[in-house]
This record gives sequence, C-alpha cells and structure tokens, in this order.
Amino acid sequence: MTKALPSLDSGELAPRGAQDGTSARAAADAPEVLLRALDQLWFQVAGTICNLRCRHCFISCSPENHSFWFMSRDEVGAALEESAALGVKEYYFTGGEPFMNREMIGILEDTLRLGPATVLTNATIMPQRTVDELRRLSRASRYTLELRVSIDGVTAEMNDAIRGEGSFDRALGAVSRLAAAGFLPIITTMQSWDDRETDGILVAFRALLAGVGYDRARLKILPPLHIGAEAERTRGYRDVERVTREMMADYPAELLLCSGARLVTGSGVWVCPILLDDPTARVGDTLTESVHAPARLDAQACYTCWVNGAICSNMPGFTADFT
Amino acid sequence: MIADSTIPTFGRVAVFGGIYSNHLALAAAIEDARARAVDAMLCLGDLGAFGPNPNKVFPLLRDSGIRVVMGNYDDSIARGLDDCQCGYTDPRDNHYARLSYRYTFAKTSPENREWMASFPSDIRFRLGGLSVLAFHGSPRRANEFLWESTTPTHFLDKLADDHEADVLLGTHTGLHWSRSWGPGRAYVNVGALGRPANDGRPEVWYAVLSARGRDVPDVEFVPVSYDHEALAEEMRCEELPEEFIETILTGWWTTCLEILPGKERAAGRF
Repeated sequence: MTKALPSLDSGELAPRGAQDGTSARAAADAPEVLLRALDQLWFQVAGTICNLRCRHCFISCSPENHSFWFMSRDEVGAALEESAALGVKEYYFTGGEPFMNREMIGILEDTLRLGPATVLTNATIMPQRTVDELRRLSRASRYTLELRVSIDGVTAEMNDAIRGEGSFDRALGAVSRLAAAGFLPIITTMQSWDDRETDGILVAFRALLAGVGYDRARLKILPPLHIGAEAERTRGYRDVERVTREMMADYPAELLLCSGARLVTGSGVWVCPILLDDPTARVGDTLTESVHAPARLDAQACYTCWVNGAICSNMPGFTADFT
Repeated sequence: MIADSTIPTFGRVAVFGGIYSNHLALAAAIEDARARAVDAMLCLGDLGAFGPNPNKVFPLLRDSGIRVVMGNYDDSIARGLDDCQCGYTDPRDNHYARLSYRYTFAKTSPENREWMASFPSDIRFRLGGLSVLAFHGSPRRANEFLWESTTPTHFLDKLADDHEADVLLGTHTGLHWSRSWGPGRAYVNVGALGRPANDGRPEVWYAVLSARGRDVPDVEFVPVSYDHEALAEEMRCEELPEEFIETILTGWWTTCLEILPGKERAAGRF
C-alpha cells in the first residue's frame, strides 16, 4: 500500500484550484463539496435495468431503460482493486435490480474478500437458491453482507400501486427466506404518507414483518426524490428547492453523501447514485480521477440530501466531526 | 514515524474502553490489571452513560493515575451539548439515549466536567519497538464506529499511514476485537467495561497489550467478573430503565441496537 495517496482526513483530496480558491468552477453559483475521504464506493451494477417499473423511481429504471448497462465482474474487480489503495470503508450495489446481473454472486464474493457489502434490491427475483448462495458468502466472510429490501407500504394495495402488481407478495416471501437464513434485511420504504402517520406505519411494518418470521426488523424510511418517474407521480422540485451558497455556509458538508462517496458505472464515475441522469454529475473515467473532482450541488435533488443528510447510506448519515 | 522523546515507552499496558458509569467493573478491572504487573493503565473515554452515579468513576481513575482519552460522551457532557453524539435516528434508541444522557449530565459534578474537558483526543506511546496511537472511535473522528464486520483491513492500513502509527487502539462500539496485518501493524478494539459484549454473559472486557519487539504485540482480552447484581440494584435505586438493568444482568443488549451491522446484530438476542 503506497504512502503517496491522499490522507483520509479532509483537505488533501481537494483539487489544487479549490484549495487556493482559484477554481474556475468556483465562480459559478452552485456550491461545491470536496471529497473528504472515499468512505463509500457505490456500483451501478445493474445499470438502469430493472424487472420492475416503479412509479417513484428517481432514475426511471425499467426492463427497457438501457441508458446504463450491467457492469461485468471484471469491471467491478478493477474498481475494487483501485478502491483498496484509496481506503474505501463500505461497498454498495444498486441498479436497476442488482440480482438481474448474472455475475452478482461472483461480484459479491470478490467484494466480501475486501470489505462489507450492501445490496439494494427489490427482492422480487430472489428464490431460495439465491438466498442459499448469499448465506454461503456471508458465512465465508468476516465482513457483513447487508440486503436492503424495498417495500413501499404495509399492504399489497399500498405497495403495488407504486411498485407493480404482485411485487409485495414476492418481496415479503424473500424477506421471509432471508430471515430464515439468518439475515436481518434492512427494509427501506419511501415515505408516501403524512408525517403524522409515521409512528403508525412503523408499528404496522413491524407487525407485517413479524408475520413472515422477521421479528427484529430494521427499517429505513427514505424521503421521495422529485426527479425521474417520481416527478410524474407526484410533483417535481419547486423553484426555491435548491441548495445555495448561503445554505452551505454553516452546514456540515460531511452530512452529504458526495463528501464521502462516489458511484462507479459501466461508463464512468458519478458523484452519487441519485444524479445518474445528470451528465454534469459525471466526475471522471476512473475512480482515482474522480476523487479529485468536487461535487457541484446544482441539481435540485441535492436539496433533499441537504434537508435529510446522506439518505443512501445504511446509517442515517455521516456523523458530524467531533471537534 | 513520529520520534519524540516525550512519548513514553511501555512493555505492558492495560487499556479500558467505555466505562458508562460502571464503577464496580472499573474497580475490578484496575485490581485485575495491577495483578498482571502492567506498566500503565489507559482509558479510551466515555466515562458516563447507561450506569448509575457517574461521579463514582472519577476518583478511581485519578487515584490510579489512569490517563483518559476524550470520548464523544465526555465531550458532550463537558461542553453541555444536547445529546451524546452517537447519531441514533431510531425513535426507541433515541428515547433511551436521551434518558441516559439527561441523567448523566444532571449527576456529573462541575469539577468532574472540568476535568473531562481537559482530556486529549488521543494518546501516543511506544510498546516495545512499535508506535501506538490510542483514541476513542477512530483517529479521525471520536464518534466513528469501527465494527469488525464493517472495517476493511486496507482502511485500517490507511488510517495507520495517515496517523503515523503501527498499532491503533479504540473503543466506542462496546465490542472487543482485534486484527493484525502487514509487518507490525494491528488494530485493537479494547471493548467496554460499562456493559457486557452482547454475548449472553455478564462479564465485561478490557485488553492487555504486551510488547514483542517489532512484532505486533500480544493482545489478551480479559473478561472481568464483578458484582453485577449490586450494580443492577444501584441502577434500580437510581430509577434507571429496566432495559439497561436487564443488559447488565443477562449480557444481552436491549437498546441502541440500530447502530449494529447485520453480522454483529445477528449474533445478539435482540
């Protein structure tokens, strides 16, 4: 491991222009966020290809959306190799639906030799043999394998209106199989209800999951992102919903995912998984190149992260600096 | 590596993790460490939380000359912040964290708060031929969790490079574990004296590190038996939550579970 790499502490990863304030891009209005350390490495491992066509998908994934293609095990492997020298702490896999990637088990096997892996899945194509493979991988690794299963409601009616007919029953079946195999999947759900209903929904979720044999439910509520299909389902962002320089003045930038993460796709590196449809969020051909490019908070979806913190992480966000 | 004549060299050290006001366990651990003829005893912070009568741990630390690193809890209590900086979002975890924090803050004397404010964020020493850095969570952030199942070896190696140390010592998670790699490099999470290790037994843990020249030190995790029933009784007298008392008596964690990775959570009961 080379000693010449940037420090994990903030500052050294910053581009020279940004460090001395002469960056040409800094003249633009949008605030910029420098990468403090590459703590999270995300993979768009299934591109934009999904077996479902959810009505709230912020990057409009579907069987026909081929904007981003599957990543091969070799492509992922190359980034994993780069990532070790950069000191990455956690690996995340998203899509589309990761388990549509035929090499997914092999990709996880490679990853779990290096560090912890989290897969964001709709769990609608997760038969017992896949669960058995996942259990084998999990037992063979010192690192944790986390499955994040999306279920968007506590009834089939509520969920299927968003995720498509039959998806509720299929996902619950997979949760039941995962729990029986010793996994504690993180159930993620987009908040499609009023804040006042949250407590009741959480209670209902716990009862629902206990009913299929999962009695230690880990739940994660995500805010809606008003882009992609969700902009059609409900609304797009309002004019005032954008991050300004003033809003960043006293804001701890480490709460934002882009201060500690990058997303590798089959066609370059992006600042985060949410801005995949935004070509200006592409920050390099390689991971090593991307860590020196700042993230610009031009996109209105950045406003949702500003309000809620790093919503994509398993944990609620990077905790603020101690001192 | 940092060369500084003021950095002490030890042959054997006892290192205590979070105390969480468990003065009975701390007293037992000090006695145990003395019997092992250690050159020094260190504490990696989080003196309060969870247990009863927080002021009781301070004289034990002072009288034994134990140097203390500042934990996130100590920082919060010393500065009078609103919470413990553990970063919980789960409503149930937050409820118990708040109860515990308010109790500890109200019961910690101004003199002890002042002493806590003087704790350094890390301590350096040499163990045989190796440079050691002791901190609370991680060398870059006191409230960073380094769990065994979420901490890649290459990440630890980078921390060791960035902070110019061979051996890294931390606590914060409450679960003890260690890993060594490369020539003479190791990370040790010394565990916690404050509550059991979520393993169904009431003992709590600390670590003894012994020098082996330029090789990674010998690391021994020591289980500490103490009068946990007396502690539970004292917690009842202080009207602390029954859930906290259950953990002391059974060894299983009942609260603050949200922060556990899947692998560690699955190993516990709740």
